[in-house]
Amino acid sequence: MAAVTMRLPVPRAPLGPSATRGAEKHLVAPGDTITTDTGYMRGHGTYVEDDKLIASVAGVVERVNKLVCVRALKARYNGEVGDIVVGRITEVQQKRWKVETNSRLDSVLLLSSINLPGGELRRRSAEDELAMRDYLQEGDLISAEVQSIFSDGAVSLHTRSLKYGKLAQGVLVQVSPSLVKRQKTHFHDLPCGASVILGNNGFIWIYPTPEQKEEEAGGFTTNLEPVPLADREVISRLRNCVVALVTHKMMLFDTSILYCYEASLPHQIKDILKPEVMEEIILEARQRLLNLQG
Amino acid sequence: MASVVLSEAEKLYIVHGVQEDLRVDGRGCEDYRCAEVETDIVSNTSGSARVKLVDTDILVGIKAEMGTPKLEKPDEGYLEFFVDCSSNATPELEGRGGEELGTDIANTLYRVFSSENSVDLKSLCINPREHCWVLYVDVLLLEYGGNIFDAISIAVKAALFNTRIPKVRVLEDEEGTKEIELSDDPYDCIRLNVDEVPCIVTLSKIGYRHVVDATLQEEACSLASLLISVTSKGALTSMKKVGKGSLDPESIFEMMETGQRVGKSLHVALQKILDEEESLGTSRPKVGFLG
Repeated sequence: MAAVTMRLPVPRAPLGPSATRGAEKHLVAPGDTITTDTGYMRGHGTYVEDDKLIASVAGVVERVNKLVCVRALKARYNGEVGDIVVGRITEVQQKRWKVETNSRLDSVLLLSSINLPGGELRRRSAEDELAMRDYLQEGDLISAEVQSIFSDGAVSLHTRSLKYGKLAQGVLVQVSPSLVKRQKTHFHDLPCGASVILGNNGFIWIYPTPEQKEEEAGGFTTNLEPVPLADREVISRLRNCVVALVTHKMMLFDTSILYCYEASLPHQIKDILKPEVMEEIILEARQRLLNLQG
Repeated sequence: MASVVLSEAEKLYIVHGVQEDLRVDGRGCEDYRCAEVETDIVSNTSGSARVKLVDTDILVGIKAEMGTPKLEKPDEGYLEFFVDCSSNATPELEGRGGEELGTDIANTLYRVFSSENSVDLKSLCINPREHCWVLYVDVLLLEYGGNIFDAISIAVKAALFNTRIPKVRVLEDEEGTKEIELSDDPYDCIRLNVDEVPCIVTLSKIGYRHVVDATLQEEACSLASLLISVTSKGALTSMKKVGKGSLDPESIFEMMETGQRVGKSLHVALQKILDEEESLGTSRPKVGFLG
C-alpha cells in the first residue's frame, strides 16, 4: 500500500531554441555588459562602471528610447494600482492589518478599506477597532485589490467589493510573481469544477466553486463544511498542474492551467509530480497553446 | 522547528483531506514524495550522499579518521554525528536558532544507531584498545521542507553505503612498537555492510489518522508525531514521540505497524537505487549541485 519511489538525479537538459517564441530576448546575468554606448540612461537593475553599462540582476533587458533597464526574472512583487493580490495577515495593529504579499515590505490593509459584515456603510468607531481580530486574524488569507502605493513602496490594499475578502477552504501555491500573466480578470471558475484566483503577487489560490452566489455578508463568513472528495481531487490535480507549469517556467493563466489539467487526466494525481510525467504533460499543454496562438 | 502559518480554514481542509486519504498533492497517507538520491558527490570525504525530497535537501559527508577506542568498548570503532542547521535551510534558523534543532537531530541519530547490530563496529577496529576507525558523520541541512528526520536517515544510510575506508595493516617489529601501514592502492578499501542500518519513519498524527512524509503545511496541522527507526527486516530499533499533543496508546500501536510496513518499502526502494547507482560505476555522470 505504501508507495516509495526513489530515483537518481538527472542533469537539467538545456532548453533548445524551439522553446522560445517571438523576438530574441536579450538575457543578461549580473556582471554582463549591456552596452558600451554612453548615450543611454541607466534604469533599474543596471550600474555604470568604466563607461560601460553593466547589469546587476539576472533578467531581460528592456529599452525604452534612451532608458535601459533590466527586469529581473525572479524578484519580489512590485505592487501596481489595480492589481489583484492574495495575502496572508501577519499582524493586527491599530486601525490596520499588515499583510504578507511576497513584496519587499509588508502590505497594509486599513480598517477603513474593508467591508464591514452586513454591508453597513458607516464611520469606523473605537468598537470596530477593538473587534478587528474578529474579522481578520493572524494567518488568515485574503483576496484584495491594490488601492495605492506609499512613497516607500509599500502597497495599500482594499477589499471594498463583494468578490474580495477572507478566503475559506482551499489550497495556496506560491510562485514567482513574474510567472503570472496580466489579464482582464484574475478570478476564474474553471469548467473542471474548481475556481482559482491568480494573484499578481504570485499567490495562487485554488478552492471549490461555491455552490450558489449567496449574498455574502461582506465576505467574512467562512464555510467550514467538509469539501466532497470529487472536488478535492480536482483541486489536488490543479495544484499539481500549477506546480508543473511553474517548474517548467511557463506563464500562468486560465487557459494554460486548463490545458495542463486536461493533459494530466490520464495520469494519477500524485504521478503528475514525477519528472517524466511532468514533461509529457507540459509538452502537450505547450503544443496546444502554440496551436491556439498560431 | 521551522513552520508555516496557516489559516484555520486551510488547516481544516488538510485535516478533512487526510481523513479521506487524499492529501493536498494527491498522495495517500502512506506515500512518500519523489526522492532523489545521489552518492559520492563530495570528493574529500570517505563517503557522501545527498537526498532531495522535493523541497527538503540534506547533504551528508562521512570522514573516517583514526582514533582511540572508547574505554568500555575497546575492540570496536564508533560513529560521531554532527548536524549543522544553518539559515540556508530557513530564515527561522538564523543565529543560534539552528543549534537546538541540530543537537536534537544529533541526539536522535545517536539513539537510532545505539543498537549493537546497526553497524558492524568490530570491523572498524584496527588494534584493540589502541587504534580504531572513527566515522565522523556530518549532516548539513540545506533546505527545510518538512520531514527532515526521514531524509537525514536515508542520506546517512546512503553515505554509509558509499563510505570507503582504506585498508591498513598493523606491523609489529621486534621491540614491540606497532606501525600502521596504509595500502598503496587507493582503491583498496573496506566497505560497510548497511543491511542492518535503520531508517527513520516519521508518522504525524493529523485528525484521526496519521500520515507519512508530512510537508511543512501538514506539520503545522499535526500536534503529535512519532519517530520510528526501522531496519530493512522490519525490526524497530528506537521510538520517539515529538510534539505538544498527546497520543492514545492504541493509535501508537497503529502508527508502529504503519511505520514498520512503510519502513520496509523504504529500505527496498533505497537499496534498489543504491545498487543501480553502483552498477553504473565510474561512468555515471555526476549531477551534484551544478547539474
